[in-house]
Amino acid sequence: MMRETALIEANNLSVAVPRSSRWFPSRKPDLDILVDVSVAVKPGEIVCMVGESGSGKTTFGRALLGLVRPSAGQIVFDGTPLPDFSPPSFKRIRREASLLFQDPVTSFDPRQRIASILAEPRRIARSGSVARSEIEELARKAGLVSPLLSKFPHALSGGQARRAAVARALSVVPRLIVADEPTAGLDVSVQGGVLNLFLDIREEFRTSFLIITHNLSIARHVSDRIVILYLGRVLESGPAREIFRAPRHPYTRALLDSEPIPNPAKRREAPPVIGEVPGLAARPSGCEFHTRCAFAQDRCRHERPLQTAISAEHEVACHYPLTPRLTVVGPPPQRLPKTANR
Amino acid sequence: MAVIGIDTNPLQSQTREPGWLRRSGRVVSDIFHTPLGGIGITLVVLILVVAVFAQWIAPYNPTAISVKERLAGPSFTHLLGTDQLGRDLFSRVIVGTQTAMMVAISALSIALVAALPLGLIAGYGPRWLDAALILVFDSLSSLPMIMLGLAIVVLLGPGIPTVILVIVLYSVPSYARLVRTQTLSLKSRDFIKAEQAMNASTPRILFNHLLPNVIGPLLILACLDISTVITLEAGLSFLGLGVKPQVPSWGNILSDGFSVIRSTALPVIAGGAPLILATIGFTFFGEALRDALDPKLARERKP
Repeated sequence: MMRETALIEANNLSVAVPRSSRWFPSRKPDLDILVDVSVAVKPGEIVCMVGESGSGKTTFGRALLGLVRPSAGQIVFDGTPLPDFSPPSFKRIRREASLLFQDPVTSFDPRQRIASILAEPRRIARSGSVARSEIEELARKAGLVSPLLSKFPHALSGGQARRAAVARALSVVPRLIVADEPTAGLDVSVQGGVLNLFLDIREEFRTSFLIITHNLSIARHVSDRIVILYLGRVLESGPAREIFRAPRHPYTRALLDSEPIPNPAKRREAPPVIGEVPGLAARPSGCEFHTRCAFAQDRCRHERPLQTAISAEHEVACHYPLTPRLTVVGPPPQRLPKTANR
Repeated sequence: MAVIGIDTNPLQSQTREPGWLRRSGRVVSDIFHTPLGGIGITLVVLILVVAVFAQWIAPYNPTAISVKERLAGPSFTHLLGTDQLGRDLFSRVIVGTQTAMMVAISALSIALVAALPLGLIAGYGPRWLDAALILVFDSLSSLPMIMLGLAIVVLLGPGIPTVILVIVLYSVPSYARLVRTQTLSLKSRDFIKAEQAMNASTPRILFNHLLPNVIGPLLILACLDISTVITLEAGLSFLGLGVKPQVPSWGNILSDGFSVIRSTALPVIAGGAPLILATIGFTFFGEALRDALDPKLARERKP
């Protein structure tokens, strides 16, 4: 199969935090935040990682840049795998990727003015001074007016801060931008502005994006591919159009159904997701979604489903994936031809 | 596009970062803006001027003994009277100001310069180094101040350098601890994570980002500590462990006055009042400085 090589690829990436201290070891097993997450982002592609809070999506973004140390798996950048997860190995990725934090204001040094914040990546990269005109040009590109450059971060509004964060990310033209909830706390018009800015950046520099969000309408608006994360595992991943048209995992479908529709005449009839996300410390047996799944069978309680390819790029981890255009609620769920299980 | 609330009038908006002179001018005007800050800065400036020009202000030689005039009351010749050796108290207080400020400022600068790197390394560096440094700080601060002072005076002999050394040894652990705690809380903040994600080197993170965020609270603590240090120096001198008895210092004046308190309280008041004024001045100044230096607290200025 001919495939464009991915810019960045995470293969079975896991993050676990120890729960027992080094000096007083206890039997407590490590807490798994991410388990075997495999995601690839191709050059110029926008991948959306969608999940509820606590699904590990922020951790994934940080793990890609080495801000959280992965415990297992592999990261391949530009076709070359990282030798290990030590900070020096991540330098290669950090040089070419930027991270947009969930709260842009906290990601700025409170004692630096915006101009100097924007210049920071360039100063680090070429360790020289940065001309004022360069910074103004950068700010203009991100839609920031130049009077803001002499302000301190706390004086910016939410949208201005977000734009400043994007401007900083563009300071050294990145090949990958990891954006953690890029529209959090912005009103709808500003949200659109930020997303259009992303699209412009992609157009101009062929930058890849990994957008981490819980907001499906954002994913619908910009993404090429979608990865659905639940309790640190990928439940479904595939082309955005396919997933929005015909979700295969009951969870994906439930997420789509819980998205508000502006038209009261159009009502979806599928059940919403039941209850709360189970804790990471008490993962359910078998398929971890079975506690909230409307279609759960006995098998789901005991056996963990594997990632199964549905089409070339579409994978789902479910014993009983939904068939496309299934509109009737409830069992009996359609069985797909059995694939390699176990 | 939704860029809201921006002052787009080019005449009113400043695009250039103000220079340090202008910025410090703003800080000073901010300090003056609060009544306590005004009192503080006035006292501090007064004390510093007196300290610098002590030799010219003092009407008499502060160590000149005149037994005939011992324990004289206030008069036009001796504004604050004389002590039991007939030395002019006013002159001694003035020159004592110089001693106090010299000791306080040099001791605190040395302590700050030593504590900053130690605290940054302890907070940002590896865990074992942190543990080792904390052990040293704790052992130092567990020694009783007076015992430490006594031991050092016995080893090195009394004098201003000894007093400075005692104060440095006494204050470095607490400053370094403050820097360490601040560093620890800052290093998990997003902006430090962002620096790491931008490939910033460790020295860059330490000195360009952690240091400016840590130094504010530290300078304020030092400012508030000037009064403690002056009291300390006075205390050591009072006990005879500080500056030599003939050198005028507020502690020596107090100590001399204490022995004659049954006949006159004037020497004790003359030694104690400047101590109280200095304490009030530097405390108010420090607090106003804290408010003025914090960009979040700095009041909005109209052009």
